[in-house]
Amino acid sequence: MAGSDAITRAAPDTVKILIAGGFGVGKTTMVGSVSEIAPLRTEESLTAAGLDVDDLDGIEEKTATTVALDFGRITISRGLILYLFGTPGQQRFWFMWNDLALGALGAVVLLDVRRPESSFAAIDFFERRGIPFVVGVNGFYGDHPYPPDEIRDALALPDHVKVLLCDARERESSRDVLIALIDQLIASAVQSNGTGRLTRPGR
Amino acid sequence: MGGGDTDGRLVRLFALTGGRTRPSRADFTLITTVTAVDPPPTWATRPQPEYQRILRRCAEPIAVAELSALLDLPVSVVVIMLCDLLETGRITVRAPHPVSCKPDMDLLQKVRDGLGRI
Repeated sequence: MAGSDAITRAAPDTVKILIAGGFGVGKTTMVGSVSEIAPLRTEESLTAAGLDVDDLDGIEEKTATTVALDFGRITISRGLILYLFGTPGQQRFWFMWNDLALGALGAVVLLDVRRPESSFAAIDFFERRGIPFVVGVNGFYGDHPYPPDEIRDALALPDHVKVLLCDARERESSRDVLIALIDQLIASAVQSNGTGRLTRPGR
Repeated sequence: MGGGDTDGRLVRLFALTGGRTRPSRADFTLITTVTAVDPPPTWATRPQPEYQRILRRCAEPIAVAELSALLDLPVSVVVIMLCDLLETGRITVRAPHPVSCKPDMDLLQKVRDGLGRI
């Protein structure tokens, strides 16, 4: 078969987490604060087919809309890399980029308490798709006027969804939100497993 | 309104993919890693400049999203070109870690530990 005796470097295993939320809520800031590289930008042209007619207002003459997203990278170990993808906040079309949510470990929905409604669509999206997520309340200038439980109530989130106060500009704070997401995934796995023991995956 | 630029770019992208708008295979995701086969297969002919750019960028393993960002080309265009390179034996491909309903505890613990170190 093609190139069977050629030497190639071992490619790492890869996983991803999405950073979602409304426009200007700090998604790229969070990606940048924990990523080992400056956030990169990639884009995809999404064809207009399948969009509601209303969604085409103002772009009638185009056949495609371009959705851009910023992403970063964290090398977990030599053989494992975690990618963080910030979903585009200003477009309503990012959810059409199916590959974006497919295969994600989970998501962080960033929330600005001054404009919580701008993150509702993201929360709704992950809830409906059954993609695990935590809510990171990004306090601008480190200001957090509401306690997490109050925000959870206001958003009508189930108990198992963690709500964390954070500052997306701070590396440690952003990292802690990601760790909280992983802990939530581990907790729900242990629960569904029933034994409380860590099991090795059967491959 | 920059229409000329946009049109020019679209024509260029269309030319890069030989008019194709869909990849021939569906196995490239944003975090699929690609690596150039080195040395190239003996039957390999000299690729077009745009393909050479891709091959240079994936001398070391690189994710499709990174490749797309570094080449400043849309993901869909890069994927169509990667299909060509795969079919001619110029690259190898590694799929991302599969994520299913049954959580992979070993993986989660590795990610947890890795995040704890940064």
